[in-house]
Amino acid sequence: MNQSQRSKDVRSLPRLPPVDTESLTTYDFKMQSLRASLLELVRRTSAEIPDDVQKAILDSLENEKKGTIAESALKIIERNIEMAKQKSQPICQDTGSIILYVDCPATFDQITFEEITREAVREATKKGHLRQNSVDSLTGLNDGTNVGPGSPTIHFHQHRSPEIHVRLILKGGGCENVGAQYSLPNEKLKADRDLKGCRKVILDAVLQAQGKGCGPGILGVCIGGDRATGYEFSKQQFLRTLPDRNPSHELDQLEHDIFKTANELGIGPMGFGGKTTLLGVKICAANRLPASFFVSVSYMCWAYRRQGVVLKPTGEIDKWMY
Amino acid sequence: MIPLTVPITEEEIRSLKVGDAVGISGVLFTGRDVVHKYLHDGGALPPGVSFKSGIIYHCGPVVIQDEQGNWKVTAAGPTTSIREEPYQGEIIREFGLRGVIGKGGMGDRTLAACKEHGCAYLHAIGGAAQVLAECIKAVRNVYFLKEFGSPEAIWELEVENFPAVVTMDCHGNSLHKEVFAASQAELAKHV
Repeated sequence: MNQSQRSKDVRSLPRLPPVDTESLTTYDFKMQSLRASLLELVRRTSAEIPDDVQKAILDSLENEKKGTIAESALKIIERNIEMAKQKSQPICQDTGSIILYVDCPATFDQITFEEITREAVREATKKGHLRQNSVDSLTGLNDGTNVGPGSPTIHFHQHRSPEIHVRLILKGGGCENVGAQYSLPNEKLKADRDLKGCRKVILDAVLQAQGKGCGPGILGVCIGGDRATGYEFSKQQFLRTLPDRNPSHELDQLEHDIFKTANELGIGPMGFGGKTTLLGVKICAANRLPASFFVSVSYMCWAYRRQGVVLKPTGEIDKWMY
Repeated sequence: MIPLTVPITEEEIRSLKVGDAVGISGVLFTGRDVVHKYLHDGGALPPGVSFKSGIIYHCGPVVIQDEQGNWKVTAAGPTTSIREEPYQGEIIREFGLRGVIGKGGMGDRTLAACKEHGCAYLHAIGGAAQVLAECIKAVRNVYFLKEFGSPEAIWELEVENFPAVVTMDCHGNSLHKEVFAASQAELAKHV
């Protein structure tokens, strides 16, 4: 489609009713404040693990057999979490894909937000909160800024609230590489198009990921969707906290079943053998086409970097979300 | 913890077995995806750099430079090693490595090269970037920084008591193979 064709199509869209601007909050970002808030969000996400994850790691350390290399791995992990926070330095050197989820009202200026986010990412990279982590896939060049096509990634979502919620996930490459998408039925795994089949392929993903994805890990799973949305929704599961419960009874049961079974496989932290293979399992379902049945599994390493802020209309941080 | 000082002799490395915890001191060279492919394709190490009796560390550190131009490593955990499987065995042979530090373990070709040439796979804790960076006492040099970018460059690092566990030894043993086989058998009972 050429440019003029596209413009014509846009013009031919039906007109929307006029917006009642009186009833809407206006957003008067102070660029400086918003940039500082986003920089602080990146810094804290990179250096501080959320409380729910830290608690799960401490619990698993208690539970692991004493004197094993699994226990010593978890002790190093625990010490690392403390050190990163205290030194305000990255928990993991792979500061990961920069994925933002922004919930905002209809009047929100997404263009300005995106521009300022890019500036904040450049700044965070200069300060060492982020590694120079973004490579041109064609030339292999790394310009050292972390800003380029697809980086950072921002998902905007409008909501009927004047609040601006910005959540950030930094997801490392090691765990991203062990994500897996299965198309059911899967003959090799004898997995049919039912929840039993889903269970089989999700547990296979845990088996295959061992060692490589920096376990103990957390699974985000989407049953259904297309290839793109399946993975996308599976990643969004990482916005949930570990102790939360799935509102769907079937999925809640499946989450608990996978969690329990995976931790009986003896894979253990780092794949050294041991009791702690997973710290959590989060599953959602999306509608699918009759012809497709995807199960998309995203794996998050123990260095689960997730934070969020509620912003004031001026761009300052109002409160932290996790 | 068994102390291991670079340069490492063949006898020392052959005395280690799977499950041994080691504390490494001396000089390490980082090298990951780009370095492995480059060397495997026939690329040369920079003048003055030798891996002989040494260790390669699969790592892309976070390094910042102060105003005086000094480098400081602020985060330096291991990256997943299996991606280097197509290259590692030949690089062990060609460059005389005695140790490979990484995470997640490697495959049969690397295991065979470890046995044949006297090298061990030393598993560091993935994600433990602060604990491991603290063991780095100095950045001695950096090579291919501009060409490969910071994470993929070869960083020459001086370390003290860097903790790792032998998970693939010179005797054909691999903890990764063992755990995989056992967990696969266990999973078969549950599905």
